[in-house]
Amino acid sequence: MIVNPLSEGFSPEKEHRFNSLLKVNLIGFYTIIYKEIRRLLRIWVQTMVPPVITMTLYFVIFGSLIGQRIGQMEGVPYTTFIAPGLIMMSVITNSFGNVVSSFFSGKMQQHLEEMLISPLCFTTIVTGYVFGGVVRGLLVAVLVTGVAMFFTELRLEHPLVTISVVVLTAMVFSLAGLLNAIFAKNFDEISMIPTFVLAPLTYLGGVFFSLSLLSPMWQKVAMINPILYMVNAFRYGMLGSSDIPIGLAYTIILCALITFYAAALFLLRRGTGIRS
Amino acid sequence: MNALVIENLRKVYRNGVEALKGIDLTVKEGDFCALLGPNGAGKTTVIGILTSLVTKSAGRIRAFGYDLDREIEAVKACIGVVPQEVNLNMFEKNQNVLINQAGYYGVPRRVARVRAEKYLRALHLWDRRDDVTRNLSGGMKRRLMIARALVHEPKLLILDEPTAGVDIEIRRLMWNLLRKINAEGTTIILTTHYLEEAESLCRNIAIIDEGKIIENDLMVNVVRKLQREVFVLSLENTIDQAPALDGYKVRLRNNHEIEVEVEKGQGLNNVFRALSDQSLNVASMRTKTNRLEELFIRLVKSKSGGEST
Repeated sequence: MIVNPLSEGFSPEKEHRFNSLLKVNLIGFYTIIYKEIRRLLRIWVQTMVPPVITMTLYFVIFGSLIGQRIGQMEGVPYTTFIAPGLIMMSVITNSFGNVVSSFFSGKMQQHLEEMLISPLCFTTIVTGYVFGGVVRGLLVAVLVTGVAMFFTELRLEHPLVTISVVVLTAMVFSLAGLLNAIFAKNFDEISMIPTFVLAPLTYLGGVFFSLSLLSPMWQKVAMINPILYMVNAFRYGMLGSSDIPIGLAYTIILCALITFYAAALFLLRRGTGIRS
Repeated sequence: MNALVIENLRKVYRNGVEALKGIDLTVKEGDFCALLGPNGAGKTTVIGILTSLVTKSAGRIRAFGYDLDREIEAVKACIGVVPQEVNLNMFEKNQNVLINQAGYYGVPRRVARVRAEKYLRALHLWDRRDDVTRNLSGGMKRRLMIARALVHEPKLLILDEPTAGVDIEIRRLMWNLLRKINAEGTTIILTTHYLEEAESLCRNIAIIDEGKIIENDLMVNVVRKLQREVFVLSLENTIDQAPALDGYKVRLRNNHEIEVEVEKGQGLNNVFRALSDQSLNVASMRTKTNRLEELFIRLVKSKSGGEST
């Protein structure tokens, strides 16, 4: 942890140490994000191509084929309705996947030790990995948006909401991926969360349907799913319609972000999964 | 100034194993110190604690005056480590391994590139700079890990069995490099199973066994403690039985070789004189085992109650 020299009484030595640690962490942060971005671009066939193919299939099957029979939902064509949800689904899966695979492979191959033995503070390490996850999430979002534009006409009603929600969601799921990687002891444990938690929550998170289609009881059940808020807030940003209040969505996203960030820092400082 | 001061260091793992039972060790700045011990003695645990990969149970560590508990970043910045296990990113290019590592220590990228070239050349890996680490041989990976530990130019370099599985030529190359960087002021702590390596390189020695330091002195003093050495003498003559040498125990190894046990202070002059009197010519001579090895075995065995050889 960087100690602010001013909070402990000023001394030239403390100031020098603070500046030196700040420099180390800034260069270290740049190094982590450079490494992470190069990694995801190096393996672009694994990171960029699959979401494009999957989302193209979703748009062809659910949008063009089945969507024609469904007609309109929330006042827009079904293909347009599902587009924001599909973009968000790609962001969630990819930001999570990027961090969980990068951090966990570092743990397994033990090259994570390169960072752990260095003077970098854990805040820098966590932020660096999250940045990598966000970059992958956003790159995939751009690609999937490009695919969506082949099938439907997309609007951008509230650009700031759209961008802030996608970035914050990518941060939340990058941190979730990091937490999964910290706890995971084998490869099974890094595929369990995406399969048994992420996929059900995403599919039930209003990507393909409006909340109004559910009975009042199931609507209440659906409201405990945090992904519902992210998808709807993003849909509000693009199409201007949402099943839930936007303020509540931001509150939930920010709470998740702060909780996950604090948990990741706490666990790493305690040495969970990285120290014996 | 002391490079490293370890006081009453203890470690009990979660499974109840007491790996360190109160270690005290001081390494002076500029020293070249060997940390020896049998497998499981606690050497790697000490190194793990120094690098914060293992949490200590008790004790105090200071490196170059910085306290590990209060100024961990400053301690880490001073240390470079070559771990026992290969821990390279198998998909990363060799040059990038070094540049990234330098970055984690706050070395700007343009400086890191220059240093990466310097250390890759020093360890004869420059030609493989664009290769990924998984394509390197075992010895090359060890050299790359040394280069990686040096790239931020640490004041204290810790090497945990760096020459394990490395051929003689490369081992000599590593030795020369370590001697050079030690002469330039870097303090070095070396753990190794090659005792010849420790004797040849190190000025000081600490022997650790069952979580305790059982010997810690200058290498010359430790070797001097050896009471007895066994020499193997190759003879030009063919013999059927061991020649009688007054005051020495002699054993026939084969028709051309004998083993002579020499007690401390006895010297070898009388051996050569007696052999010469019997018209036996010595062609060459070597110690049966490395002197340090002999002492190491004796210390470790006597500690564990085993028979001294």
